[in-house]
Amino acid sequence: MWSEFFTVSSLVVVLASTIRLATPFLFASLGETLGQRSGVLNLGIEGVMLIGAFSSYYAASKTGSPWMGVLAALVTGCVMGLLYAFVTLVLHAEQGISGIGVFLLGLGLTDVLFQRWVGTPIPIDGLDPWNIPFLADIPTVGEIFFQHNPLVYLSVLLVVVATVVINRTTFGLNIRAVGEAPDAADTLGISVNRTRLFTILIGNCMAGLAGAALVLPFGTFQQNLTSGRGFIAVALVYFGAWRPIGAFAGSLLFGFVLAVVNQFGALGIVSGATSSLTAMAPAILTIVVLAIVSRRIGQPAALSKPFDRNG
Amino acid sequence: MGIPLLSVIGALGIGSLLLAAFGANPFVGYREMFLGGFGDIDAIADTLVKSIPLLLVGVGICLAFRTGVVNIGGEGQILAGAILSTLAALAIPNTPRVFLVPILLIVGGLGGAIWGAIPGALKAYVGVNEILSTIMMNIVAGHLLSFLLEGLIIEPGEIRIQQTKRLTENSDIPLLPGGTRLHFGIIVAVFVAVVAYVVLKRTTLGMRLRAVGHNQDAARYAGMSVQNNIVLALALSGACAGVAGALLVFGSESHRLIGEGGAAAFTQSAGFNGIVAALFGGLNPLLTIPASFLFGGMLIGGIEMQRAVQVPSALIIALNGIVVIFVVSSFRLKRKLEQAMTSSDRDRA
Repeated sequence: MWSEFFTVSSLVVVLASTIRLATPFLFASLGETLGQRSGVLNLGIEGVMLIGAFSSYYAASKTGSPWMGVLAALVTGCVMGLLYAFVTLVLHAEQGISGIGVFLLGLGLTDVLFQRWVGTPIPIDGLDPWNIPFLADIPTVGEIFFQHNPLVYLSVLLVVVATVVINRTTFGLNIRAVGEAPDAADTLGISVNRTRLFTILIGNCMAGLAGAALVLPFGTFQQNLTSGRGFIAVALVYFGAWRPIGAFAGSLLFGFVLAVVNQFGALGIVSGATSSLTAMAPAILTIVVLAIVSRRIGQPAALSKPFDRNG
Repeated sequence: MGIPLLSVIGALGIGSLLLAAFGANPFVGYREMFLGGFGDIDAIADTLVKSIPLLLVGVGICLAFRTGVVNIGGEGQILAGAILSTLAALAIPNTPRVFLVPILLIVGGLGGAIWGAIPGALKAYVGVNEILSTIMMNIVAGHLLSFLLEGLIIEPGEIRIQQTKRLTENSDIPLLPGGTRLHFGIIVAVFVAVVAYVVLKRTTLGMRLRAVGHNQDAARYAGMSVQNNIVLALALSGACAGVAGALLVFGSESHRLIGEGGAAAFTQSAGFNGIVAALFGGLNPLLTIPASFLFGGMLIGGIEMQRAVQVPSALIIALNGIVVIFVVSSFRLKRKLEQAMTSSDRDRA
């Protein structure tokens, strides 16, 4: 059985699905990176991912168009962003625990809506892969990198966009300023809360997209579909040292682990009880990764501290 | 209790909008929920049974949060306590009941304590964010449960349901008199809450935990080990949840450890709902007792509501999330109000 795993065709499957499975992590952790760089911790993205996943499933099944699903996930993500911005920026709620509240809200609400509006899950038409002209035809390489659904390409593109925005634009400078020294930024006339409002909205929209990326390529939804992926995405921000490229590397790592676990199952290398043990891998890896990077310096100085001009 | 109560009323208000949006009559829905949770002696007994794990987890949450540690790992700690105590019951089934029941509760507490101490040590000595590590420990425990119930401790026989055999009768938690489903576990849970209150309020241990929660630098300067107290807080917090896990096994009507339907079906999500109860009780173990009763009633009543107006009882989970958001959002508002009141007092004087 092991010899079947180490064949070219099997390894190509693993690497291609590594990239596909990394996509939800990447959307969510890029958005969370942006938020944390501006000083906002959002633990609720697990709940927002669930809401994004359900709304994309529902919209796609009602309209027959997966792109309407993408739109729905963006809209609901944005609504959740407004809620979280109000709670954290206006009411100064503790950011760790309120995130758990958002998670419970997302978990319960999507469960209710799914049972009430859908009932029995019917597979929907997912996003078709886009084969990149010429590149997709390269043997092996094309199969691994260039035959994916559009959300995969979008997520990689956003790594570049996020890097440029953070490091090369005024908006990025403001994000870093309000994340490191909100008082100084405020003195210079940068609106701390407006900057954070934008990063929260972007981050939640991307968490919604992450949910859509879990649903649309595969065409199904189920209760607690995310099963901790949103929380792992938060851990990836630490792993990535608050840089988009680092979040990208972390997402690929977790995509790879999930892909290997899936392939083990598909080839019958693990089955029954043993598959429960391999299913622990992402969670254990998250703890190990956090232990390795925990001494890492460079956390935004004002992370999870609400800004109040009057102290 | 003012603001938490307003939070629940606010959440129920949003819930009534949701009910109305589903075409259900909110008044009928909530009336059925109330009657289902508190309507007669059997309903109250079921509510009390439901509130046992909420209270135990909630008390654990009080201990952790007061030490400044956020324990989201109740789910995993319940499972660890349930698994370890089940293994013990399988290992020593012939021990007399008077000894076995207390042993199993202690072993359950030990299982939860181990599951809490791991993220505790990782936070104290390595600096790992405990919110994320406790959530990951939940996931690991869930897979551990199905690993064990798919093979090692599955009920022998043809039917491969993820459950153990009926555990020894010596492990049964005694029912309380009155002919309801209420069992001795409620007394255990209330006892643990009272002990936790006394420990927090009246002992040096509790003083140290609160000192670490209040100001780590000051605690360190006073010669306390911040690290050891963090591990201790999460271990104690986990122990409370672990006892709940043992009670969920040996106090259940089936007297089995059941993994069929997923880990959340076994824990009844008490690891999360207990957080809500503790926040509602203002992180005071004694006030967490009535808070758990209230939320236990909502969860039991939610089933009646589902039957009456066909809105899934998962709505209660969503409402609990809203309660959490309201409670943590209201701290600043409360402080502002207090400031306003004291300054107006000053103006008058």
